[in-house]
Amino acid sequence: MAEQRFRVYVCVRVGACVCMCLGLCVWDATPPETTTTSAGAHPKDDFQEELVIRPLQSGDVYASFQFRTLWETDFMKGNKVSHYRLFPKSLGQVISKFSVRELHISFTQGYWRTMQWGQPFMPSPPGAELWVWFQDSVTDVDGTWKELTNVLSGIFCASLNFIDSTNTVQPSASFKPLGIGNVTDHRFLRYATLPREIVCTENLTPWKKLLPCGSKAGLAVLMKSEKLFHSSFHSQAVHIRPVCQDSECTTTSWELRQTLNVVFDLHTSGQGKREWSLFKMFSRTLTEACPLASSSKIYIDITDNPQGEQFELTPATHLLSQAVVLGDRRTFSVYDLTEANTFGSMRSLNLLIRWKSSDMLRPLLHAERYVAGYGLQTGEIHTLMYNYHPFRSFPILLLDSVPWYLRLYIHTLTVTSKGKDNKPSYIHYQPSKDRVRPHLLEMLVQLPPNSVTEVTVQFERALLKWTEYTPDPNHGFYVGSSVISALVPSMVAMDTNNTKERPLFSSFFPCKEESSYFVRIYTEPLLVNLPTPDFSMPYNVICLTCTVVAVGYGSLYNLLTRSFQIEEPNPRLAKRIANVIRRLRGVPPLA
Amino acid sequence: MAAPLTVVLIVAVTVRACLFRSSLADLIAERVEVVSPLNAWKRVVEGLALLDLGVSPYSGDVFHETPLIIYLFHFLVDYAEITFMLADVITAVALYYAVQDYNTQVLRQQKFALEAERLPLDSLELIRSPRQMYYIPLKVAMVYLLNPFTVLSCVAKSTCGLNNAIVALFILSTIKKNALLSAIFLALSTYQSIYPVTLCAPAVLYLLQRQYIPVNVRWASFWWFLLQYAFMYLGSLFVIICLSFFLLGSWDYLPSVYGFILSVPDLTPNIGLFWYFFAEMFEHFRLFFLCVFQINVFFYTIPLSIKLKEHPVFLIFMQLAVISIFKSYPTVGDIALYMSFLPVWSHLHRFLRNIFLVSCVLLACSALFPVLWHLWIYSGSANSNFYYAITLLFNVAQILLVSDYFYAFLRREHHLTYGLYLKRKDGSEATLVLK
Repeated sequence: MAEQRFRVYVCVRVGACVCMCLGLCVWDATPPETTTTSAGAHPKDDFQEELVIRPLQSGDVYASFQFRTLWETDFMKGNKVSHYRLFPKSLGQVISKFSVRELHISFTQGYWRTMQWGQPFMPSPPGAELWVWFQDSVTDVDGTWKELTNVLSGIFCASLNFIDSTNTVQPSASFKPLGIGNVTDHRFLRYATLPREIVCTENLTPWKKLLPCGSKAGLAVLMKSEKLFHSSFHSQAVHIRPVCQDSECTTTSWELRQTLNVVFDLHTSGQGKREWSLFKMFSRTLTEACPLASSSKIYIDITDNPQGEQFELTPATHLLSQAVVLGDRRTFSVYDLTEANTFGSMRSLNLLIRWKSSDMLRPLLHAERYVAGYGLQTGEIHTLMYNYHPFRSFPILLLDSVPWYLRLYIHTLTVTSKGKDNKPSYIHYQPSKDRVRPHLLEMLVQLPPNSVTEVTVQFERALLKWTEYTPDPNHGFYVGSSVISALVPSMVAMDTNNTKERPLFSSFFPCKEESSYFVRIYTEPLLVNLPTPDFSMPYNVICLTCTVVAVGYGSLYNLLTRSFQIEEPNPRLAKRIANVIRRLRGVPPLA
Repeated sequence: MAAPLTVVLIVAVTVRACLFRSSLADLIAERVEVVSPLNAWKRVVEGLALLDLGVSPYSGDVFHETPLIIYLFHFLVDYAEITFMLADVITAVALYYAVQDYNTQVLRQQKFALEAERLPLDSLELIRSPRQMYYIPLKVAMVYLLNPFTVLSCVAKSTCGLNNAIVALFILSTIKKNALLSAIFLALSTYQSIYPVTLCAPAVLYLLQRQYIPVNVRWASFWWFLLQYAFMYLGSLFVIICLSFFLLGSWDYLPSVYGFILSVPDLTPNIGLFWYFFAEMFEHFRLFFLCVFQINVFFYTIPLSIKLKEHPVFLIFMQLAVISIFKSYPTVGDIALYMSFLPVWSHLHRFLRNIFLVSCVLLACSALFPVLWHLWIYSGSANSNFYYAITLLFNVAQILLVSDYFYAFLRREHHLTYGLYLKRKDGSEATLVLK
């Protein structure tokens, strides 16, 4: 609770900062000197919205919103633009001011259970994740990164301002640019996660405001926070990247993708009945598409239900679509919201699925992670990667970013598959610096078919200064998720033409070859306990240790400065007084 | 004399070899009392692994050994156990010959004093006989080799053993009057852990004494010798530091080794006073107390040198003790080194005041370290204060031990000048007090 309150405060403060700096930026931006692209030839902005609903075999329902805003402009050439139509001005100014090439940010509450739910369309780790490619014109990347995280912290009302050098890394291979341009110099890449970040309404509201229709019309009306956050998994993300408009790539544009993924646990809340509807999930129905959208569609995954024996979908639609996503050909019922007859006579669309009576497609790649060992001195991180493909082996890139207070010993790194040593063909390791930067471990491992590959590395837990502990130190410290990036062999041929019109959910990761598709998997974040000092007694410790040092100093000082002498007995006080009187009287003193 | 020494060496090596082969070795290598971030073997291996990966070992904060150690273990990593046993053997043999030479020196001085009739008659009781002193060098070697602290340190492959060997060679070459070797070994041990720099005072004093040069600022020969020694010391230090630079091609090791020793960023618990103090320190006082605590280690050099300028070997003992108590990352190996000198001062036993109490406290603390560590780290039924309390007590006991020996040494010197049975003016038996 305290953290929430603190964050709101930070958010207000940083928000004010952002307003100021963006204000300045607007001042700078007038007047626009030139408009380079052929104005008026075709609409420069384009907005598409889409909702995919996939009933999961576990009984849960996965809903994935994607909103794509395309903006044909030439930021890359450094022209300042002050005219915004659909693209949110706040983000447009951020990318121009900080010379961002690509920006990916996600906020996630809950952990995606790959084994029960399959692959998500948009993977994201628990907590907040931010990775940014800067343009190569940026000279002070670290400084720009710091400013950018503070500005984003204000925009999204999140604790991104806690991103600093201690949790930022520069992966060398795992995070390639997803848009056009093949920059591979990872000096311009920054990656950071905040596994402890709690995502809630205050993050959703600014996210919704970035949409052209806000939450007034279109699919965004379904986003009621009291329902979205009453779910097993919630993830919202913003991805900005430059993309090609056509296959020859003569014109480029900025693409802003806003995605929101939710998994509703309707099984337990539905009193045993497996049945869901838009109204049950979102407590709203749809009445119209966003008027600004060129396309507005709902896809329902009915692959597992070809003849309608599993569940029944109302209102029925004859519009079917097939898409290849994550190496699998799926069939979808499509509802086009831009057409009036979708809404029927009630002027409202409430999709309903009633379950009739279930094996699920097992994902080919799965990973999990845990901490082994006991006590607070050492430990071992185990990462298990499962390749369920029956006969193909494929390589994966594993990225681990471990905070400095878990001191990794890289010589204890072992990679074993099927009981045999499996030497990584590439290892990039950057050791940590205390209180400055985390460990970064990236490696390329070949996963043999139908196997479990185990990566273990030992670490030592550091004792921190008492001021470096979080307010609840015995809760433990979070270690961000490992990231596994892989090209998984596909069962069906993948479409390599990235500019072809496709549903949004299947077009995010560019596909380079037909036989495989790109997957990114995040493991669980770890919670690790560290030894703690007694926080209640700094004064006592300072006093006691200083006393011991003083005992040492005192006893040596005593011996160094004094010399041995014979102790002469002191005459009694009465005798001394008597002697004084006798001396005054002139009488010889007493012996 | 060589036969008993050989037996001791064989026993010591056997004990170590057995422990290396037993399952205890892994356990001992993890003990915070035995290894510190500065000298843990695990970190040496990590440094070598980083080097293999093409990463500078000093780019991270795990490796804090000097480049020469990497270079040494680059070749010897497979023979590490033999190297560490050899280091202990070298230390013991060097101390053996050093103490043997020192004892003949003591006897000669005593003979001169007797012949010159400088000693009061009743202090003849304090005269040491060659027969009493015959077994002292052997005892020193034995106390070093069979001290559980040394054994643990060796089995944990703590590089503290190597540092001890260098210091022992320094002591040997000093006592053998070889100024050049003395300066070289002093430079090496300074290079390894900074603190031994304070040993240059006793070395200079001893060499001056043996060359019959008085410690007097008005004598040119005094200054000439001082200059010579300083030149040899600084020259060899310079050579070693440049050599390290050329080994790795960067100066990264300077902040990573010496910055680490001086600024104490790693607060892993150990038997010293620094870790909990700086874990609990208020941030704005950190620098101040860091300076106070570090100056404290070096501070005693000058007053001790003035007080003990006639007795440089005792000064070496005092300096070693002060360093191992007040240094930033002490381990039991450091304690073992100064404790091996205790047999040399066995003639002081009649003047020791609380040796029984102190030895009981030291023993009890040594037993309690692992117990309280277990309670804090593993069973969670105690907290850090328990372990901290034991480190405090252990350090108090060490301070009392050292100051007691210092007291006894000064008192014996006093009796040698003024006689053993002192009388008051009225003829009754007197008691000595410090005033």
